[in-house]
Order: sequence, then structure tokens, then C-alpha cells
Amino acid sequence: MAKFNLKINGKIHRVDVDPSTPMLWVLRDHLDLQGTKYGCGMALCGACTVHLNGTAMRSCVLPVSAAENQEITTIEGLSPNGDHPVQQAWLEHDVAQCGYCQSGQIMSAVSLLKNNPNPSDEDIEAFMSGNICRCGTYSRIKAAIKTAAKQ
Amino acid sequence: MKNTYSRRSFIKVSAISGGGMMLGFNWFVKAKPAEILSKGNDIPPEWVEMNGYIKITGDNVIKIMAPNPEFGQNVKTSLPMIVAEELDADWKSVVVEQASYDTSLFVRQMAGGSQSVRTTWKPLRTAGASARQMLREAAAQVWNVPVEEVTTKTGVLYHEKSGKSAKYGELASKAAAIPIPKDVQLKGVKEFKIVRHSQKNVDGLNIVTGKPLFGLDYRKEGMLIAMIQHPPAFGLKLKSYDAKEALGMPGIKDVFTIKLFEEGEEMAAFDTRTFNDAVVVLGKTTWEVMNARKKLKIEWEPASETKETVVAWGQKRENVIPAGLESTESHYSKMQEMAQKPAKQLRKDGDPEAAFQNAARIIERTYTAPFLAHNTMEPMNCFAHVTDTEALLVAPLQAPEFAEKTLAKRLGLPVEKIDIQMTRMGGGFGRRAYGHYLVEAALISRKAKVPVKLIYTREDDMTYGIYRPTYTVTYRAALDANKNLIGFHVKGGGIPEHAVHANRFPAGAIDNYLAEGWEIPSNITIGAFRAPRSNFIAGAEQSFLDELAEAMGKDPIEFRLELLKRAKENPVGANNDYDADRYAGVLNLVKEKSGWGSPEKRDLHRGVAAYFCHNSYAAHVIDMKMQDGQPVVQNVYSAMDCGIVVNPDAASNMVEGAVIDGIGNALYGVLTLKDGVPEQSNFNTYRIIRHHEIPKHIEVHFVENDIDPTGLGEPPFPPVFGALANALYRATGKRYYRQPFSKELSETQGG
Repeated sequence: MAKFNLKINGKIHRVDVDPSTPMLWVLRDHLDLQGTKYGCGMALCGACTVHLNGTAMRSCVLPVSAAENQEITTIEGLSPNGDHPVQQAWLEHDVAQCGYCQSGQIMSAVSLLKNNPNPSDEDIEAFMSGNICRCGTYSRIKAAIKTAAKQ
Repeated sequence: MKNTYSRRSFIKVSAISGGGMMLGFNWFVKAKPAEILSKGNDIPPEWVEMNGYIKITGDNVIKIMAPNPEFGQNVKTSLPMIVAEELDADWKSVVVEQASYDTSLFVRQMAGGSQSVRTTWKPLRTAGASARQMLREAAAQVWNVPVEEVTTKTGVLYHEKSGKSAKYGELASKAAAIPIPKDVQLKGVKEFKIVRHSQKNVDGLNIVTGKPLFGLDYRKEGMLIAMIQHPPAFGLKLKSYDAKEALGMPGIKDVFTIKLFEEGEEMAAFDTRTFNDAVVVLGKTTWEVMNARKKLKIEWEPASETKETVVAWGQKRENVIPAGLESTESHYSKMQEMAQKPAKQLRKDGDPEAAFQNAARIIERTYTAPFLAHNTMEPMNCFAHVTDTEALLVAPLQAPEFAEKTLAKRLGLPVEKIDIQMTRMGGGFGRRAYGHYLVEAALISRKAKVPVKLIYTREDDMTYGIYRPTYTVTYRAALDANKNLIGFHVKGGGIPEHAVHANRFPAGAIDNYLAEGWEIPSNITIGAFRAPRSNFIAGAEQSFLDELAEAMGKDPIEFRLELLKRAKENPVGANNDYDADRYAGVLNLVKEKSGWGSPEKRDLHRGVAAYFCHNSYAAHVIDMKMQDGQPVVQNVYSAMDCGIVVNPDAASNMVEGAVIDGIGNALYGVLTLKDGVPEQSNFNTYRIIRHHEIPKHIEVHFVENDIDPTGLGEPPFPPVFGALANALYRATGKRYYRQPFSKELSETQGG
């Protein structure tokens, strides 16, 4: 066990965990931030996507030891009331079906738009291909990203 | 005890403290009396048989309770919309409350079979209309005017002549004293202002802000995390284990075993016992438990043949679960062997034997499909807190009614002491109708005497079974010298069930028809998977009809329409399980919307398929091309007939999802076994369709009619497989008989 200072959504948290613990489980089990989802544990599905210094990262394979003193943003920290343009675009297109993967999809989309404010269809497909949706809401996700890009 | 629908017990009303009215009603047509009062719900005690309510408070808040589990089919929005429509409420001011989850209170509180809207349509409308009628009566009394002159508009009562008006909330207390009307006038469907108009998902904001809605998100102070280690192969069972090292790992509290069912114990519908004995690791956090579980030293041994007694739907049957380590390769050779043997006759019209003897040409094709894992994005999980006297379970599940009875028996507690709370589900697709993970969590909590959260990892989830069965079917068609279809034979089999629906199209359209089925028992457990059986047979049948149309020199849509015309005008046999007009309706709609028959773009190849299941009709046209040896789906045109569409945009979303799910499973979906071991255990080996593989354009159209709504979750899914196979044929010049098609494609393309 070791103590880590974590900067999550602008707040400092101190946790005492095994250094190998993935951020996903630190967020969910230790900090009760349940918005970041478990899907595969191997960076294959994107449900656990968070931002590390503004860039999308799969928190299920990010050890807490590698995240210390870095800026971590989770879905809870994206906006206070769901008013981030990407969240708003998600609502406008009524994207969600079951909704489980959508935190991760949104976090990936925000990261994409940050680096590429006007992505083409191919850009969106390439960047988002790491996020699985079993309900098949992909076409709405793409439409929502395009809407958000216009904001 | 069975109660049939009766008006007297259907609706009840009461005033609420602080002002307002509450109208209780049954969501479901067949209601049973509740055994107990609800817990933590503000339904008055005399309403025990009510399972839904509308609450209108003095300050004009209108709450509508949604009792059905939600896994993305959007019933939490669409069902209250139906109530609000007849109530003539202002949808924007309606608050949807998730009902407390009580299977003794709520009847058919389940998600499955595309039944939610279909079974609640009439009761929900009647309840909304009754409340509105009572509000109008109350206004008439207070204003001293004839009730006929009181009108409503978006939550406000009006009397035009006197210029009087009042919000519903203002007169709700008064309305609570009005006798429940015996007959209420329902709106004409043309008057709908909420239903048939797209409304956003009531949980949309909670989803995009990451609120803890799902089972895996549920936490309780003091709970421990549990994981179970099941055998690595079907056909193995626990022999012994050594937990010394695991117990020494940080955070680990205990390691023990549980037995899902006692030997010889009767099982019920949706009970499964894939792996009866499991080793449990219990600890403080998920990561610690995951790591400790890896340190278990477990010896497994071959399981012997098992007999299961299952009592389901009033029938008792004995299942023999064979011993042995099964492999996909041997499954396919066994199926080939069985397909040659005589099978059980399911339907026979005319003289099919003679037709085939006299045929000028016989076309015979065999189709196969593998096991599929549901792979809900949220793996199975359950919170359980079981004491000597009661049990609380919180889980994402589709059918609590079934799980509760099994839990009661297994825990030795009366059902009223078992409280099952349903969370939003991170996907279901049938998988969560099987409540074994509730039983496991309950047994773990009882043994450990603490609240626990059982979590399946992705690997646990994917290798546990409850798969879509593996199927095969052989179709034969007899043509005379003039290429007329004179005989049709379908013979299907599978492990452990076949997928033949003997009374479905084209039964009824062909004079000489034979349907047969056979089954091979297995120790690989199976379960319902989005549109069970249809999800295979539709693709096979629609591929065969496509090939048949080609052999007969006919357009594939015209060929189907001719058969449907025959089935309508001069049907063969009885019990034909489809409406030929509505079936033709979706084909005609998809024909029109896709511009079928107009010159195709040179680089696009199109396939069509249609199917009827779960009370609704679906047809798709898929346009695709091959690019670098890979299929690229350009356009999908979908035509649906599910009667009145309650929430059009959400309904389109569901169909778009079904199209994508269908293409994904048809191309990539496969779960194989080697010596009992599933060869796929995570998304690196089990391929799920991703963003870059979906159609560029999906267009969903609904047949516009005023027929009471039926289901939509399942019906659009099955024919996707056929439309894709038929488009692939036109794109590559080769027919595809074995799913997943990507495997056959790579063989064809030499990749």
C-alpha cells in the first residue's frame, strides 16, 4: 500500500492503495465516483475513459502510481450540470439506449474535439473506434459529435 | 390465484395529504392480487392490488410511476407518455418516478419478449383518461356547469362560456372524491399530442452526467466485494482448492465455496445451473479481490451426467445434462450427422413427399450459426444483504418475478421477506432474464453475514454460458418444369434446441409444406438472446428465399409478395402465424423508400429481407460494397410495422441499434469452444461491431396505421442477417451460409 495525491476534477484526493491499482477502481471503490464504468479491464471497450491532462485515457489500465499529481477529469467533472456542449449534443440527439457506455463515449468525444475541433466522418470513426456500444447507438454518437463541433 | 381483468379492481383513487389526488391502477391487463403491502412506497394500504399510479399534487406536480425495468428500450419514457396523453397533461411538467421494485406488487414487472408497450397500452390509456374525467367532473361541480362543457388542454381545465379555468393541481383534491367513472372515452388516435410525438429520454441528463444508475454503481456502507471462480470449462466441476495464498493477500476477508442448487432440487423457468459449485473470494475492494482470485489453486474434475428437474409454465420436465468436454468442431459434425436422421414433424401441409418426387429441380441449402455471448456492456453483478430473516437484492435484471421465487426457496425465506430492487441495466438482450447471479450473491451474503457486491469480470461474464444456441437448418424447395414452387421443406436443429417456427411464413403460402426439428443435448448452457430463435432462422430463411427467387427468375421482393398474396387469398393450412397484409406492407414500404428496382449505383449491391416475430413486422434493404476485401455497408433502409409508434425518435433509435447489432453479429459474432473451454473471453478475441464498421446511413420508416402498438425491441433484429447475406451475395458473387460471415468472407477473399 502507498499514499497517493490525486487531482481529480480539480480537487485533491488522498488515497492509500496498492500502486498497481487501476484508476478505474480508485475512482469507483475509493472515491465513489461511479460515472466511470467498468467494461473489460483491458482497454478494449472504452467504457472507463477519463482524461489525463486533457487527453482520453482508459482508466482500467492506468495505474494510480502513474496518475499522481496529474490532472484527471471524469464524467462528473466535465460540467457541473451537464451543460458541456458535448453532453448537450448527446441530449439533443437522444443518443442513449441503455446508457452504460455513454460516459466513456462522451469523454472520448470531448478529447477528440479538443484536438480536432472539426473532425471528418473518418476522423470520428477512427478516434471513437475504441469505444464499444452494444446497443448500437454509434450513428447518433457521430451525429452528436458533429453537432457539438459546431458549438 | 388468478384474477382476470376487471374494471372494479382496476382503478382506485384517494386524496393525498397536503392536497391533491392519487389514482392507482394496474399497468397490466392480467392483474393478480398482491400478497403484501408495498415497502417504502406511498401507495395507500387499500391499494395493494394496484401497481401503478398517477399523482397530482396541489401545487400541480404530476407524477407518473414507471414500474418496468429499463435496459435501453426506453419504456421509462414511453409508458408514462401513454398515461400523460390520455390525462391531457403537459408532458414538460410530468415527473416520471421509478416504482419501488416489488414483484409481489407489480405484475409482469419484466423486460422481455417486446411486450412492455403492447401489454400496457390499454390499461395506461384507461387510467389516464379516468383521471382526466374525474378532474372534469370536479371542475363541473365547483363551477356548477355541465361536465360536457368542461374541456382540458395540457394540464388545465377550461369552461369556455364562463371563461373559468384551473390547473389540474387546483382541483385534484376535489377530484379525489369523485367516483371512478365506469366508462371513459379514450382519445381518438388522431387527437394524440404526446404519443406519436418524439419525447426525450427522461433519464437522458442522468446518463450524460454519469449518475450512478446501474447495478454496478450501487454501494452500501460496509459492503464487501465478492467474485466467484467458476470452472474453466463446461463439463468440469470443483474438486478441491487451496486458498492459503489468496487469503494472505491484502484486503481479503474470506474464501469459501457456494452451491447454486442442492442436488435434486427442482428448478424453475429461467433458473440455470451452468456451474453449480463455485469458489468465492471476498474482500474489501475490487482490485484486491481480482488479484487474490488469481492466487487460488483449484483442482477441477470432470462432471458426470446430471439430471435436472425443471418446473416451468405449469409443466414438469426432466433434462439430462451430458458429461464431457465439448468442442465447436464436434458440435458441427454432430449436427451434420443428426440432420440426416429422421426428425420430429412440426407441421405438414399437402403431400410434400410427392412434390419432391415429382420435382424437376430441387434446391437444397444448409445454414449454420455459432453460439453467441450477449456481452452486455455492464457485466453481471448483484448487491445482496441477506440475514436470517430477510434479504435485500439490488441488481440489473429483466425478470425479478422468476428470480424471487428461486431465492425464496434457496434461502428458505418467504417471498415477502425478499426485496428485489431493479437498477437500470447496462444492456440486457435476454441475458438478464437469468437470475443465477442474484442467487449466488444471496448465498455469499448469507454465508459471510455481510452485505456483498458480487461482480463478474468481463471474462467471467463471457465464459459463463447462457449463450445464444448454435443452430443449423436445411431448406429444400421443389420446382416443377415451369419453375413453379411446388414443395417446401424446412428441417432445423441445434444445440440444445432448434429454431424452426413451423407456422411462420412461408407456411400458408405453399401447398406442399413440411417442417421438422431435432435437438442435441449439451452441457453448454443457453438462454434467450434478442429475438430468440428468430435471430437465426430469419437470416437463413430469407437467404434461402432470395436464392429461390433467383432460381425462379423473380425479383426477390415480388417473389415474397406473390407468396403473401397466395397466403392471404387462399391460405394453406390453419394457424398461420402472421398477417399477410402487414407483412406485405413492410416489404412495399421498404421497396418504395429504398428506390428498389431503380438502377442501382454501380458500386453498390443490395439485399433485402423481411420477417415477422414478436407481433411486429420488419423489412430491411442493405446497400453495400466491398472495399479492400472488407464489406462496407453504405445504406440501410428499414421499414417497420409495430402499429402506433409511441415515441417515434426513440423507436428509430431502437431500430438503428438493431440494424447495427444485426450487422455486427452476422459478420463477427462467434463464441467457439475447445474441450469445453470458451475460446473467447474478452473483446480482443470476441469481436463486437465498432464505430468505423457501421452503415454510413440508416433510414427508419414506420408503416402508419392506427393499430394498437406491439413490440419493437426484437423484431427489427432478425431480418438484418438475411438482408446482409443477400447483399453480400450480390457484392461478391458468393452465397453465405455460415455465420459469422466475416470468416467465410476472408476465406473467399483469400485473406
